Amino acid sequence: MSGTPATLAIRALAEGLQARMVAAGAVPVAADILQPAELLLDLYGEDIRARAYVTHDPVRGEMMLRPDFTVPVVQAHMTGGADPARYTYLGEVFRKQDGATLAGRPSEFLQLGYEVFDRTNPAAADAEVFALIAGLLADLPVRPITGDIGILLAAVQGLDTSDKRRAALLRHIWRPQRFRALLDRFGGRSAGCFARETMLKGFRTQPPALLMAQAGSFVGARSEAEIAARIATLLEDAALPPISAEQVAILDRIMALKDPAPLVLAALRDLAGVMPVLTPALDRMEQRLAALQGRGIDTASLAFEAAYGRTSLEYYDGFVFGFYGTDPDLPAIASGGRYDALTRVLGRGRSIPAVGAVIRPALVAAMQGGDA
Amino acid sequence: MIRIGVPSKGRLMEKTFDWFGARGLAMARTGAERAYAGQISGTDQAELVMLSAGEMPRELAAGRIHLGVTGADMVQETLAGWQAQLAVVAPLGFGHADLVIAVPMVWVDVETLEDLDAVAAQFRATHGFRLRIATKYHRLTHGFLREQGVADYQLVDSQGATEGTVKNQTAEAIADITSSGETLRDNHLKVLRDGVILRSEATLYASRHSALAADAASLSRFITFHGLGSHIS
Repeated sequence: MSGTPATLAIRALAEGLQARMVAAGAVPVAADILQPAELLLDLYGEDIRARAYVTHDPVRGEMMLRPDFTVPVVQAHMTGGADPARYTYLGEVFRKQDGATLAGRPSEFLQLGYEVFDRTNPAAADAEVFALIAGLLADLPVRPITGDIGILLAAVQGLDTSDKRRAALLRHIWRPQRFRALLDRFGGRSAGCFARETMLKGFRTQPPALLMAQAGSFVGARSEAEIAARIATLLEDAALPPISAEQVAILDRIMALKDPAPLVLAALRDLAGVMPVLTPALDRMEQRLAALQGRGIDTASLAFEAAYGRTSLEYYDGFVFGFYGTDPDLPAIASGGRYDALTRVLGRGRSIPAVGAVIRPALVAAMQGGDA
Repeated sequence: MIRIGVPSKGRLMEKTFDWFGARGLAMARTGAERAYAGQISGTDQAELVMLSAGEMPRELAAGRIHLGVTGADMVQETLAGWQAQLAVVAPLGFGHADLVIAVPMVWVDVETLEDLDAVAAQFRATHGFRLRIATKYHRLTHGFLREQGVADYQLVDSQGATEGTVKNQTAEAIADITSSGETLRDNHLKVLRDGVILRSEATLYASRHSALAADAASLSRFITFHGLGSHIS
């Protein structure tokens, strides 16, 4: 697909956009097309294996055709990048388009990206990335949506319950259905689940070792101690009072917020009256809105959806955004967000606040051509 | 000529022959034991193509055969968006098998997918790698676990003797086909209460490939005349 006039035109357009990223201070970087699969699988889980082209190399083991640039760019930065640093990259990414809803989408497309590693002022860096992308798309009929995973994380942290329950909920922020099931359980709304009740009755009356001996031969790498530890956790959890209906209602109200950003912020400030742990995240949101305003973004009309970003890649943990065209079936023309935790994982103990965004030049070209 | 793909060996072949035989279409394998050639009598409009059940979905999708018999599990694992490529003519009433998620019986703390998910988190924290699920049904298993919101697992490929992977400690759980559950029990494994990914049986499919569009009327007449199943559209 690399030589047709259309793809050459898309590449030329992408290079034009990238020149403006370089002018904004970004250093162009490259990444290998073949990436070690194990690291990406470990970070993203099985979802990436289902989407990425995996191949086997007799020496290097399981490899993937680059599904995105963020991980190799972060890796390169963590092993000797400048601090602060701004990068841009442009190249093909490869993703299988499986399933009826995705059929017909390209499995190989150009991605143009901009990443900022800067520990001085996260709000300013958020605004810088958003404003840069908004500027590059200024002539197009696109609509931005913003969100903040950090607010959701703070809301869960604010629940008056055990650390283990909070950790279980935090783990599933990105899987709304499982999150809901857990919240129902912890809120006492799924009580009477027969399988669980029967299991707990056994745990209360018989020691774990006996239960395991009755169950059959011991197989597998999960040890008796691990099974006993989870039994203890389940008993502990069953003895806890449910998360109050009031707190579940607050969480539900937060998740449902969907309005221009200043209105959402005001609503969240009200909720912080009963859930004060939200306040630092809301202060960050307010600083970001001020920084966006400072860069000429009309924040009064900027759409904010509290649940936005919950179904995207799970490395985002703060500000998230996307720019959409009028066709709701097309993916975002550009999207991005903050991923501080990912740099901690890849930095092996070191971390740096990071925020970035990608543009899909083919979608920009289609929109400029008027067929989107 | 209508090309009918039938399984080339084993019980699936015999049962398929019986099923068509009961509808006036006598089928038989011809030539040497390993020749995989077949003939059909009772019609002059169709010919047999002997294929392994695993090849059937692709041959149907490619339009190289009009009709084919294979398991729903094979079709749904192999073809993305299979309904657009194939039509169900009739379920055949044999070859019943469920694709299930099974874990060690000794996991007395695991009954449901919710438990499996919690154990996956615990396992990863304890062992430093993701809980391994051995399977050859990668697409179906991943799709199911994704839909059910299970995290922190990895699929490891197993093309045979999957039930033994847990004992051999190359996997912690499996996703595999079972009919009676006996092999699972023999290997000290149990099915999760909500762990049925797919209920499968041998099924007669028709290709929707555009290259066969010209044959649609004669295929439809053939299906109706022999009472093979519902019309395809």
